[in-house]
Amino acid sequence: MTRLHAQPGPITAIAASIFSEPYWEGCARGELRFQRCSSCSCPVHTPAAVCSVCGADTLVWESSSGTGVIHSYTVVWRPVNQDFQVPYAPAIIELSEGWFLLTCIIDCETEELSIGAAVTITFHATPEGVTLPYARPT
Amino acid sequence: MQHNRLHDVVITGVHNTRQAKVLEGHDSRSISLAAAHGALADAGLDPIDIDGVVGPFGNDFIHQHRIGPVWRSLSPLGIPAVLEAAMAIACGLATTVLIATGEAGSHRQRSSTAPWTRPTNEFVAPYGMFTAAEFALMARRHMHLFGTTPESMAHVAAVIRNNGHVHPDAVFHGRGPFTAADVLESRMVADPFHLLDCAMTSEGGTAMVLTSADRANGSAKPVRILGGGTDHFGPAYQNPPVWESGGRRRPDLTAGTVGRRASELAFAAAGIGPADVDVCEFYDPFSFEIIRQFEAFGFCGEGEGGDFVLSGSIEPGGLFPITTDGGTMSFSHGGAAVQLLQRVIRGVQQLRGTCSSMQVDGAEIAMCTGGGSGAMFTDVIVLGTDVP
Repeated sequence: MTRLHAQPGPITAIAASIFSEPYWEGCARGELRFQRCSSCSCPVHTPAAVCSVCGADTLVWESSSGTGVIHSYTVVWRPVNQDFQVPYAPAIIELSEGWFLLTCIIDCETEELSIGAAVTITFHATPEGVTLPYARPT
Repeated sequence: MQHNRLHDVVITGVHNTRQAKVLEGHDSRSISLAAAHGALADAGLDPIDIDGVVGPFGNDFIHQHRIGPVWRSLSPLGIPAVLEAAMAIACGLATTVLIATGEAGSHRQRSSTAPWTRPTNEFVAPYGMFTAAEFALMARRHMHLFGTTPESMAHVAAVIRNNGHVHPDAVFHGRGPFTAADVLESRMVADPFHLLDCAMTSEGGTAMVLTSADRANGSAKPVRILGGGTDHFGPAYQNPPVWESGGRRRPDLTAGTVGRRASELAFAAAGIGPADVDVCEFYDPFSFEIIRQFEAFGFCGEGEGGDFVLSGSIEPGGLFPITTDGGTMSFSHGGAAVQLLQRVIRGVQQLRGTCSSMQVDGAEIAMCTGGGSGAMFTDVIVLGTDVP
């Protein structure tokens, strides 16, 4: 059994874009945000200028329920660099609103991971001042 | 069938420099130039015969040999470069085009994964993503949807690595033979990928010369371009690699089946189907991608790729031998793009009948590919000894 944790070490520097600033502001407040098209109601992520289905440029920010299921996952044993402690478990989460988020699953054993398992988004403040969303089994 | 102008273009020169984990005394510029000279020699041409160049070092070649003014493309490498060079020749922008590239000295510090595998995007970098993890998410989804097994993936890796084991020019020549059990026993990198399911990293140069069929009259075994296509789903390593994403253009054209549309275009241009392919020089960043490509290209049904690769088809002597030089797992993976051209080079060698190992007897049609589902693009080119 191997426990999965949020990464304690420094994270790779990230640069927000003009589209994604509201996303990171939400994370800092413990709120997972996504965009929704006010024309066709389609959820949109990663942050964009236009709806990926109808092309409308009237996307509005909304708060996610923060609940979803594991769409796919992996367990990494060879880290991308020495700042990352293994194992860690990158995963695609399908949120209840029907959009997909790439994050890591934490607070469980690697053996507990399975596609379709319910997860809840949780937030972790990094030493660099960025707050990252992670997923933990519900 | 309407005449396809790609058929007027032939490949007359190919060359791989020595490939190695480290090429002492070389940098990317010097090894690219060495590759270019090798391809010119193979084509029997002088630098001044080249009036078009593709690739990051093409500019250097133009200047060093004072061959300007010439047509130059900023195309990325691999199959898109070959297709763009062919289109330039078919449309009269150039008569004879050199594609050359190489990398040396850019990745010799091994505590991190290779620099071209580490995305900096805000939505993936904080989670320690790299190429193997991205592709693992696709493979895991396929396992869930269709019951694909790590054993079928390991079999693919063993076949490719054994092709490299007997290839005298492969970086990992003589490092086998491998069994599927060896692959499954190697350390885990990103589940379900073990170390031996993954491409390696190395250094090397590679180059190709293309010209019109008319000009090539008299050349030894010019290889025809029969068709091609490129499928892209936008920036990889930023957006989650969701197998089912896409589908707006056609329901079955998703990120998981990327390359299907490209293969349909290539087959249509060539006037052939999957059953007509003699050798499958498929791009092999990870073992699973071979399984996925056989499905995406219609060699078997969706979800049947795992059984397909276990059926005896992909080994030497099988109906669809794969990646016959050892590919990125064993032959070479020279950097961000070098290895993308080497699938096409190997296809040319197969159709010329000049492979020093794993020559497919009487091969007349080769299908070469690049990219993969985790990268959300797949490029396809079909080569032939003659126009069907």
